Amino acid sequence: MNISDFPMLSQDLIYFDNGATTLKPKCVIDKINDYYTNYSVSAHRGDYDLAYRVNTEYEQVREKVQKFINAKDLESIVFTSGSTESLNMIANGFFKNYLESGDEVLITTSEHASNVLPWFHLENTIGIKVKYIPLDDHHYVTLDNVKKVITSKTKVIALAGVTNVIGDLRPIKEITSLAHANNIFVVMDGAQYVPHFKTDVEDLDVDFLAFSAHKMCGPTGLGILYGKKELLEEMEPVRFGGGMNESFDTPSELYFKELPHRLEGGTPHVAGVLGFGCAIDYLSSIGMDKISEYERHLRSYAMEKLLKIPYLDILNIESDAGIIAFNVDDIFSQDVAYYLNKYNICVRAGSHCAKNLKSETGVKNSVRISFYFYNTESEIDDLVELLSNKEKMRIEMI
Amino acid sequence: MDEEFRREIIMDHYTRPINRKVPDDKDLYLKVNTNNESCIDNLDLYIRFNDGKIVDIYFDGEACAISTSSCSIMIKNLIGKSISEAREYIKNFTNMVDEKDYDESLLNEANAYNNIYKQSNRKHCALLPYVGILKALNEYEKK
Repeated sequence: MNISDFPMLSQDLIYFDNGATTLKPKCVIDKINDYYTNYSVSAHRGDYDLAYRVNTEYEQVREKVQKFINAKDLESIVFTSGSTESLNMIANGFFKNYLESGDEVLITTSEHASNVLPWFHLENTIGIKVKYIPLDDHHYVTLDNVKKVITSKTKVIALAGVTNVIGDLRPIKEITSLAHANNIFVVMDGAQYVPHFKTDVEDLDVDFLAFSAHKMCGPTGLGILYGKKELLEEMEPVRFGGGMNESFDTPSELYFKELPHRLEGGTPHVAGVLGFGCAIDYLSSIGMDKISEYERHLRSYAMEKLLKIPYLDILNIESDAGIIAFNVDDIFSQDVAYYLNKYNICVRAGSHCAKNLKSETGVKNSVRISFYFYNTESEIDDLVELLSNKEKMRIEMI
Repeated sequence: MDEEFRREIIMDHYTRPINRKVPDDKDLYLKVNTNNESCIDNLDLYIRFNDGKIVDIYFDGEACAISTSSCSIMIKNLIGKSISEAREYIKNFTNMVDEKDYDESLLNEANAYNNIYKQSNRKHCALLPYVGILKALNEYEKK
């Protein structure tokens, strides 16, 4: 990995908003450019060489994804538009038919909106009940707290592998084992997990997993839905149309394709898929364990310095991911972000789509810095220096 | 307006905003909420009308320095104005932010935002309270 692999970093920029999206290495950009320049035809359809090439490469990326998350079956990998669509397909395409009024789905207050609203929608439409697993003092999920809220009506536990504000790593494997012993399904929102940790769905044994390509050096508008094959077989498509049907005549004579194509109606995001293949190769060449380790190092390096700034209130002193959420006493988070922007440092201010988290932390908005493997100690030094001068911050925040 | 004076006005209204509280007799006020897409600035405005005039405005909520100060200055400038005078003032402020022709003599301290157009990501902060007050005026006039 070289910083020069990332064209965005050739400008004067410190990018600390990787929880939102990540920068793209040149190999990903080149692949997308190559596709649009030299063989931009549709996958699956057409009996000519270029279409065959696209189809082959498209399906090769599916195999790369399968291998990347260690899925048993190739049919378990469905291309979607992102984690949000994947989670909505899980809720509306599978659980809407499976769950009954009064059944309970367990989430937490620190989930991202995309792992809250699909369940709220099921509560509003079919009468399930969304309940919360209490978090401990450090906003972590413990197995004991999961046990406390499981009832005979609990049917689903839907959790982020890592949350997007606190950055706590959930004991997914242990939760899955407990859940399965009680006939409960586990849905994992992997948007903040898969880009930063080695993912093994066989080992975690989750029933469904959702993640986004753009948070792991891939293109926007593309994500993955993973589901155990026997469960995806039961999933109803949410997109009916071209590409997903085998044949049709009348409503009663309608035949769908096999998995996974049955769930991929419409012309797919071919450029995105091909680019994502290169992103997976790129991440694999570095090694996911190395990425996790380096991000942990960056976090502890930053924390050691940030903890010395007396007027910083850090929300997640304990965390497993490269995420630090904080506020500066008496300065609104957006003003802090605006001040840092003057020095070309990109951070996010706000509730970070985890609007229920305020009930837990007592803090509605915060500044969030989130690292990826291309960030450096020297970038952190620059950030710390700017945050260490409160007077300068007050002057330059407007 | 020099940079120092501009800063002073904004910081003064940010640190000591006018009427930042929920009014005691809030039932007499029309309440509107105004927030921006990035889901961070979030203000409630309480406006009391009497006979086609704005007689009082309060505000409450969380917002950045620009939104908060802009709201405070807006309140100072609008109390006592008739609906049509208020609309004229709002139009001139919006024009200034959008780099269109405007009458600076109507804006008083709100002229402190006359270069906010240079910071496009902050324009919506300065305009936020105005989005709210327009909502309130439209609602009042519909009644």
